[in-house]
Amino acid sequence: MTTLTRRYRFSASHRLCSDMLSEERNREIFGKCANPFGHGHDYFLEVSVAGEPDQLTGLTLERPAFDRWVEESVLGRVDHVHLNAEVPEFRDLVPTSENLLAVIDAWLRAGWARRFPGREAPLAGLRLEETPRNSFRL
Amino acid sequence: MLITRKAEFSASHVCADPRLSPDENERLYGKESRPHGHGHNYVLEVTLRGEVDPVHGMILDLKALKEIIREHVLDVYDHRFLNREVPPFDTVVPTAENVARDIWRRLAAPVEATGSALHSVRLHESDELFVDYSG
Repeated sequence: MTTLTRRYRFSASHRLCSDMLSEERNREIFGKCANPFGHGHDYFLEVSVAGEPDQLTGLTLERPAFDRWVEESVLGRVDHVHLNAEVPEFRDLVPTSENLLAVIDAWLRAGWARRFPGREAPLAGLRLEETPRNSFRL
Repeated sequence: MLITRKAEFSASHVCADPRLSPDENERLYGKESRPHGHGHNYVLEVTLRGEVDPVHGMILDLKALKEIIREHVLDVYDHRFLNREVPPFDTVVPTAENVARDIWRRLAAPVEATGSALHSVRLHESDELFVDYSG
């Protein structure tokens, strides 16, 4: 079993709060993450694909194709943006790392289907570091 | 139980198939295909599976594992140009996938001779790319 993982960085800001909750309740649940103007992180995203490498090329996935897939599907949408203000998926969804990871998973699967129609997505796992102390896996 | 030992080596390589055109190699391997090669500080994590010995409380003396990695991997790979100096990479493209598999092949028998089993190897080619291989 061979799994290839590529690690990408992006910087984004967000504010954790829900329109369905009062200001006070948001403050209770999210603490300083609910501060009104938002705050940012340098996120690291690890994308893993599984599959036996091609016998001739020795590659599980061509490197430039891997990078373009992640750039188009994810990084172009989240790097140097305010997630709440600029990413439609977070208009009504709190941009916690749990929710962000689920959105990234859906984007990668849709991006794969666009880029490699008819070829099954080899996605084997995702890991998102919000800070060096917090990480999330799917 | 699983135990992991880490080791580092530095080596250079070119990822390109000489039978293909430069454009096709660039499409497959990107900058890794540039003809004169480039280097990486590889980081290797070797994970073994085994039972804990009831007397000495260890799966395997980690000094023994360190020695196996030194003899079978570091002495072969460290400060070498893989395509020129480390078979099978005279004929096989030294992608991280293929290097991880070659390291597995080199380690499996000596590890088994100690009574443990090789569980997986993780090879970091850089901070941005790693490969896990488990046989």
